[in-house]
Amino acid sequence: MPWTSRSIGTLAFELGILILLSSILSGAPQEKHLSVYSVAANYSLMLVQREGHDYVGLLELLEPLGKVSARAEGSRWRLHYNRVEGEFQVGKTRARVQGHEIELPAKFLEENNRGYVPVSALASMLPRFLGGPVTVHEDSGRLFIGSVATHFTASLAAGTSAKLVFNFTGPVNPNISNEPGSVRLAFTRDPVVAPASPSLTFGSKVIPSATYTESNGTATIAVRTTVPVIASFSNDGRTITIAPSSATTVAQKAPATAAPATPAPSSAPSAPVATQAPPPSASTPVYRHYFAVVDASHGGADYGETLSNTLYEKDITVALARSLRQELESRGITTLVLRDSDANLTLDQRAVFANADHAAIYIALHATSDGPGVRVYTALLPFGEDDRGPFRNWSTAQHASLSLSQTAAAAVAIELQKRQIPVRTLAAALRPLNNLTGAGIAVEVAPEGNNLAQLTAPDYQQLVTSAVATAIAAARSQLGAAP
Amino acid sequence: MRVTPEIPRHLLISVAVLLIAAVLMSSYAWHMRKLVTTTQDTANDTRPLAPPVAGPTERVVLFIAHDEDGSLRPQSAAIPMPSARQERAQELLRALLAIYLDKNSPHVLGSGAEVRSVFLVDPGVAVIDLNSAFADTHRSGVLVEELTVASLIHTISANIPGIVKVKIVVDGKERDTLAGHSDLSSFYDVTAVNQLAAELQSGQ
Repeated sequence: MPWTSRSIGTLAFELGILILLSSILSGAPQEKHLSVYSVAANYSLMLVQREGHDYVGLLELLEPLGKVSARAEGSRWRLHYNRVEGEFQVGKTRARVQGHEIELPAKFLEENNRGYVPVSALASMLPRFLGGPVTVHEDSGRLFIGSVATHFTASLAAGTSAKLVFNFTGPVNPNISNEPGSVRLAFTRDPVVAPASPSLTFGSKVIPSATYTESNGTATIAVRTTVPVIASFSNDGRTITIAPSSATTVAQKAPATAAPATPAPSSAPSAPVATQAPPPSASTPVYRHYFAVVDASHGGADYGETLSNTLYEKDITVALARSLRQELESRGITTLVLRDSDANLTLDQRAVFANADHAAIYIALHATSDGPGVRVYTALLPFGEDDRGPFRNWSTAQHASLSLSQTAAAAVAIELQKRQIPVRTLAAALRPLNNLTGAGIAVEVAPEGNNLAQLTAPDYQQLVTSAVATAIAAARSQLGAAP
Repeated sequence: MRVTPEIPRHLLISVAVLLIAAVLMSSYAWHMRKLVTTTQDTANDTRPLAPPVAGPTERVVLFIAHDEDGSLRPQSAAIPMPSARQERAQELLRALLAIYLDKNSPHVLGSGAEVRSVFLVDPGVAVIDLNSAFADTHRSGVLVEELTVASLIHTISANIPGIVKVKIVVDGKERDTLAGHSDLSSFYDVTAVNQLAAELQSGQ
């Protein structure tokens, strides 16, 4: 084709559009997170940027760690954590915690009745509330409360130069992805900390080196490799072995021990994994299936029920989800929490996450002021069209698993009754229950009486979540293969 | 000897007249104030006025949500019912809403809540069109929303046979949920809702 001035002009215009688009996309701000590690819970919070500082919600930060309440009085903002009182002034840098004056590096902010403190203030302020040491990795958004850090060593296996063994001081559960020339272990929920040197060399032609980095709430170990490798877990998750794929059969035989493929949904309210089909030559995640998917309903701009001037359903559901994860995992049930921060997921995304994971049970959590007690729901299926061949109708996808869901709901109700909690089982047109291909229930928690404060009480939350977890553990064999 | 000063007679009469005038004026002002309050209450009442209905009074069964125990209970009512099915459905839901908007309602709906219209499309499809005030002011919660939906659908299906699926729209448009929970994006299966209504009749 001859190059005319018109075709050159069109090409230049298209190139200009491409450059503009790529510059916009590359300049899009990335959501920042703070990962918090403690004995009580590991969780992730979304940071907000104001006036050049990273801020975190103080109530959200302390909520999983103990009994916390906050009250706004004009420009003053008071917070009670267990028996410690903190007082902040909106727009001021001076604060008072347990009678001690603290100078914040940036002013205290209040937005939507929520108090925000700069992340750079946490190292000096949190020990006053918690009564113990904290370590803040401010640049990488990681906060360690107490001595919770997980250390590791990396060395080649004895007798071979093709097998790298990582030994951790505690169980770990990283996202693992293979990329051409490297394998990446991303630790979002594990308090893994750097070795003495961030760069490790092994003198092996197959696995020459590894590098440790931290950013945006995640620690990453990138292992350089010259051949395709696969990761396998052993020693109750304390050991990860990287070996050429032909030499390793453990992970293939026991996929349940491999790493999760689902990107941490708590920090990624973007498109669900099922819709992100990677090209075969690109990152190839190693699949892991969770037995239970716990979904804290609502989030972000979706507040759910407004329980009081400062209390929203979305906050209670996150606290319940964290508590339920702890209860399930303490019973040996691998659990994925879909929302562990104030992000919001669409109902379709929630269903896709649960379906893609092939979880044995999906548990949505709701909270309400209309009591008493707990209500357990299964799907009230809408009037839907039939499945077409291998394709399930989206609105009635739950149809085949409904009886299994009802079994789970009945088991949960029995456990709650044993704990003297008023309980009722019902069907409800409550998405995404009808879109699930596996068993799914929704648990709506209300106070036992008229005292709304009971919803925020950790002991009441634990009473409910331990009953749910006990029931799921008891019904494990009915719900599916053991995790 | 002490002399008591005498008040002139005309002064006494003037004071008495003024006192009587003051009492009368106060009484009139009190009456006018009450009148204004009543007028304002009527002006602020956005509840829909039911249009006059032609037809004989019939005894129907309305299924009323009760928040105190989360139940759906049948309640007999005598209302004028037109002969056409669609108008009958509208009258049923208007009678239902009149109960919910009453000050002694067992399941309070927001002020201004209204069923705009009900469309019956053969075979067996009903579309209930609510106004935005109905959904926007509805309380949020799985059960409280479910009670409303079940009450509307079960009342129609119990009194007008042949309806198999029901769609609820708001201001003529699709809406994801009623108030954050109950799904409005799909058609409700009347058989499933009737079964739910039977379960809800038992309460907590």
